[in-house]
Amino acid sequence: MSTTASTKHTEAPAQPTTGAGKAADYLDQRTSIGVAVKEFARKVFPDHWSFMLGEIALFSFVVLLISGIFLTMFFQPSMALVEYHGEHPANMHGQLMSVAFASTLEMSFEVRGGLLMRQIHHWSALIFMAAIVVHMMRVFFTGAFRKPRELNWLVGCTLMILGLAAGFSGYSLPDDVLSGNGLRITDGVIKSIPVIGSFMSYMVFGGEFPGEHIVPRLFTIHILVVPGLLLALIALHLFLMVLHKHTQYPGGGRTNQNVVGYPLFPVYITKMTGNFFIVFGVLALMGATMAINNVWNYGPFDPSPVSAGAQPDWYMLFLEGALRLMPGQGTEWVILGYTLSLNVLIPAVVIPGILFTFLFVYPFVEAKVSGDQREHHVLDRPRNVPTRTALGVTFLTAFIILALAGSNDLIATHFDLSINTITWVFRILLFVGPVFAFWVTKRVCLGLQRKDRELVLHGHETGRIVRFANGEYIEVHRPLDEQERWLRVNYDAPVPLRLEPKTDARGVKRKGYAADRRWHRVSRFFFEDRVEPVTPAELAAAHSHGEHDALGAAEHPALEAGVGAGTAQEH
Amino acid sequence: MKALAARRHHRLAPVVLLLLALLVTGGVYAALAPSTASAETASTADIETGKKLFQANCATCHGPSAEGRDGVPSLIGVGAAAVDFQVSTGRMPMQMNGPQAEAKPPQMDEEQTAALAAYISSLGAGPSIPTDAQVDPAEGDIANGMALFRTNCAMCHNAVGAGGALSEGKFAPALWETTPRNIYQAMSTGPQSMPVFNDANITPEEKQDIIAFLVDQREGSAGGNALGGLGPVSEGLWGWVVGLGLLIGAAVWIGAKSS
Repeated sequence: MSTTASTKHTEAPAQPTTGAGKAADYLDQRTSIGVAVKEFARKVFPDHWSFMLGEIALFSFVVLLISGIFLTMFFQPSMALVEYHGEHPANMHGQLMSVAFASTLEMSFEVRGGLLMRQIHHWSALIFMAAIVVHMMRVFFTGAFRKPRELNWLVGCTLMILGLAAGFSGYSLPDDVLSGNGLRITDGVIKSIPVIGSFMSYMVFGGEFPGEHIVPRLFTIHILVVPGLLLALIALHLFLMVLHKHTQYPGGGRTNQNVVGYPLFPVYITKMTGNFFIVFGVLALMGATMAINNVWNYGPFDPSPVSAGAQPDWYMLFLEGALRLMPGQGTEWVILGYTLSLNVLIPAVVIPGILFTFLFVYPFVEAKVSGDQREHHVLDRPRNVPTRTALGVTFLTAFIILALAGSNDLIATHFDLSINTITWVFRILLFVGPVFAFWVTKRVCLGLQRKDRELVLHGHETGRIVRFANGEYIEVHRPLDEQERWLRVNYDAPVPLRLEPKTDARGVKRKGYAADRRWHRVSRFFFEDRVEPVTPAELAAAHSHGEHDALGAAEHPALEAGVGAGTAQEH
Repeated sequence: MKALAARRHHRLAPVVLLLLALLVTGGVYAALAPSTASAETASTADIETGKKLFQANCATCHGPSAEGRDGVPSLIGVGAAAVDFQVSTGRMPMQMNGPQAEAKPPQMDEEQTAALAAYISSLGAGPSIPTDAQVDPAEGDIANGMALFRTNCAMCHNAVGAGGALSEGKFAPALWETTPRNIYQAMSTGPQSMPVFNDANITPEEKQDIIAFLVDQREGSAGGNALGGLGPVSEGLWGWVVGLGLLIGAAVWIGAKSS
């Protein structure tokens, strides 16, 4: 590049004239950044609002970084005890507390803009996680995780877990009663791990809970380890996104070989910048007007008090709910001197384990059972993959039921219900609800697919009833236009994997038959119920024999003239 | 004195001395001990009016002489404070059976409530109605009130007194609207599921501190709208509805602009 630039310089001295041009030329001669700009500026991205959900997560992360840097300037991660003598808040005068808690109060009440920054930071964390979940839902239900994007899906899942870790470690830093209650639960969860649990708890807390080490340790995790990993993985996530090119929704002219949309520069740069300011603005507005985590309401940590309505932030609520639903009695056994505490182990380790395992392995399971090795750059409509959509809804249902169970006391007080009844209802719903949701979702998807088929074959109902000379009545159907039809017929309906026979041609038992049979079963579960897309032959057949169905409307002078229906076929 | 001196070796003398000593000790104690008994001077007329009101409105459940029956507490010895709390918050007379008697607009006016209280306290001594000075939030120590509240009260009433759930549909009510007098009375009489915090548990000064803390909470949060003071669940809900709602709305708008 530098050589070309210099030759240009000698041959045709097309000198930049504007200030910006000169600066760009200066930079380009030294870094060849022009190549990257040329490549990126013309890179095409498809257009859809749901592609901006990940952007919301990214921008709230930026806000988290900015506000977080501000907070580190004033926060002191120490559990040494001090007496508080600040003027505000009135209920903290003269209370004994950790330096961490005191510095949280000071940054909230003494530092200009400190409380605003704290609240922006906390709201951003909630929105960051919410945007991640919604973005994951978009990716999951549209099948954007399929080849070649499985690895990026894994990166995304890891980002989600890191987001949880960031939220959890930050939540506990102020050393207040509420987050201390959360830490105590964490301690219990660690201790419930068989055999090594107690030792791990001593390792984490540097002795018996709460100890004097946990806040500095969480601080290092919160401001160094987790954000470092998050930044690195976000970079990888975006790099892979650019490398793979963005997926696009199905539609006329959109194939696996192209991307239909607008170039990055100027369209998406503008939109992204605008979106960033909107995200920052909304978060600042929330931080300025809605109080969040006012730690002085709970007071400095003391292991004895627990207040009613003690719950974690929303993204941890499903764990809280699982713990609340789990029966306590009869689920704790002592085996050979070791306590097996299933009442904690199942809700706090097994349940999230199931959820995260599902998320991590799903793309590979689906690829295996569909036998699909192709690359996919066009998204699925959720209805066209009924089992996937239903599975997603199943897990969401379980997640929501658990989160509601985690709020059971608030449901009880706000809807005048008995907390005991609510808990039992949720216990039953946790098992019945997801199954029911699976069944309903799958049926709805299949129903929508059949409706699509019907529409493609017979066209739109127009509500026009025509009577022929021979006395026959028909309703005129308007055929779909090309775009509408493309959307409804361009999808795959994979068939279940074929099971090779148990023995080979010579009657010898085939190796791997048992595994094949298992996968065959899973494959049948996925694809046994399916609605095939309309083939061109079916379409032609429908048009030729379904006399009344494919009648054109206004464009058929024959019909207007009242001539027999048989002539009105030409689609 | 001679007579006394002559009889001091009488074999009954120690017994008489013991009895005298007991009498003096008892008398001094009765004179000096903090009295929880109703100190108010209730006129006989008040007591008569109260009795009539009681028989018309309360006797159906509590019995004709307030002795109670299965599942309905006896009111002998509950004191004027209990009556004033239950009646002035509308909890009594009870509207219907349920997990617990709920507050509603009071059915009795102040005079009637006072008469009822006078009648019930005439049946047996109990906690009396606190004076205005005893419940003045301005005189309490907010910080000490917070410390006491979170140790004794927050596990049911929530950290800032926003209320919480108890078992089987019972609940600890929110304290945003409760008058200082009613807060004091609730502590000293322990209505419904609430335990009694008598003056030995929480002294009258400490009760005043708690009242000061609770009244201070009504000022709202320094951080903006307190979202009900309910903690992370309501924060999460508002985050999803307002925050993500606005952002997705904006995303739809941005996405719709060019296409």
